[in-house]
Amino acid sequence: MYTASDLRKGLKIQIDGEPYIVTEFDFSKPGKGQALYRTKMRNMITGVQFTQTYRSNDKFDRPNLEERTMQFLYAQDNEYHFMDTSSYEQIFLTGEQLGDNLNFLIDNMEVEVLFFGDRPIDITLPTFVNLEVTVADPWAKGDTSGSDTKPVTVQTGFQLQVPPFVEQGDKIQIDTRTGTYITRVKE
Amino acid sequence: MLSPKGLRQRSDLLQAIRSFFLERDYIEVDTPLRLPVLIPEAHLIPFASEDCLLHTSPELCMKRLLARGCDRIFQICHCFRKEERGRLHQTEFAMLEWYHKGWDYFDLMRQCEELIGTLTRMVSGFAGIADDNRLCRGDRRVTLTPPWERLPVAEAFRRHAGISAAEALRAGSFDEVLVTGVEPNLGWDRPTFLYDYPVELGSLARRNQQNPAVAERFELYITGVEVANGFSELVDPQEQRQRFLREIEAVQRAGRTAGMPEKLLAELDLIGETAGIALGLDRLCMLLMGQTDIALATPFIFEEL
Repeated sequence: MYTASDLRKGLKIQIDGEPYIVTEFDFSKPGKGQALYRTKMRNMITGVQFTQTYRSNDKFDRPNLEERTMQFLYAQDNEYHFMDTSSYEQIFLTGEQLGDNLNFLIDNMEVEVLFFGDRPIDITLPTFVNLEVTVADPWAKGDTSGSDTKPVTVQTGFQLQVPPFVEQGDKIQIDTRTGTYITRVKE
Repeated sequence: MLSPKGLRQRSDLLQAIRSFFLERDYIEVDTPLRLPVLIPEAHLIPFASEDCLLHTSPELCMKRLLARGCDRIFQICHCFRKEERGRLHQTEFAMLEWYHKGWDYFDLMRQCEELIGTLTRMVSGFAGIADDNRLCRGDRRVTLTPPWERLPVAEAFRRHAGISAAEALRAGSFDEVLVTGVEPNLGWDRPTFLYDYPVELGSLARRNQQNPAVAERFELYITGVEVANGFSELVDPQEQRQRFLREIEAVQRAGRTAGMPEKLLAELDLIGETAGIALGLDRLCMLLMGQTDIALATPFIFEEL
């Protein structure tokens, strides 16, 4: 059990049988008044956000959440299938559940799958992934300004800005938290 | 966490506060922090220290010094309140508390204007104070020239909340409406004294004679931040005992215990008409430094220890 005084940004609690994560938190207490814990929360399954003010004696269950490392196998009919490489158990999440993660997800990638009980609800990608550039304008040699960027498309269809020397067929490293270019990688 | 430069400014502020009160014939006192019994307050949770409690404010001992014959006293000390943590709260924090016999709460409001105005002139280089002596918060400027705004609680609820103070109190939502609807609007052009609280919310404050439903209590707000809480002190032992009993019952309903401060009650009628006020020093320092988190105006917060 958690009490209101445990609330903080990032805490995961269970309300009405569903897991929530605290996304914003503010403690306030008017002079001589009672402690108020003002929180904004996101339902970890539906993504629905809501705000709620709690008081000192409010209590919350801990959600049964567990992360397991799994490998992405394939996508079919908006179902994205993952496999536990030690038990060979397979599960899937929908495109809606994966959201922006799809920008960086490629076959055989190892990700952390978050389970609520038996139910997969989310994934965490590696912080850095290497993706192949599939569409890029050629580099105009002689452009030595170095300060410009150009848009490219990577193998997942995701578009981002990169330095002008990056060419079609290159592999580039991307920060999955921000979607930004880090470096060109040689393989 | 303060840099050496910030620590110097905080030190200058403390010295300026001492000069202000010593020049006005106050005695600086330093009362015990560890007490066998505290003033019972429904919403304050004290820390235990073996068979004693760490004080949540210096009020009890300072009132006993008034009963002993002191007329004007001030104290700068640390107070301890469990489970309070946030941008404006720490479980241990610095308090400035002072009492003046013969005064009421309106006298204290005038003195707050004088004190804070004086401190901003005495201590130079505060990032939150502009050259024209106005207080800066983001792109807003708060004039510190008296008189500051005086706003009754009932009027503040009419103006800023969709519910009257009396209704909110009945519905049990007074604190929530105050925090979300009223406080954020207070003290932006000039500091605001919010005053005349429902008597249920001023356990240590005197009842107003014209309007017995309100207690002579005020809070000072600057840019939405509550800085000080003062009142015309309740010095009638019988009424104070009844109010303490209500607080003790509220503490017990929350599953905790609180005792009756008998020695204070036995001496209370020796005090006479007095006004007293507690000011959050860390918050004042934060505002003067142009910060929005007390962690940036104190030497350490708990998480840094």
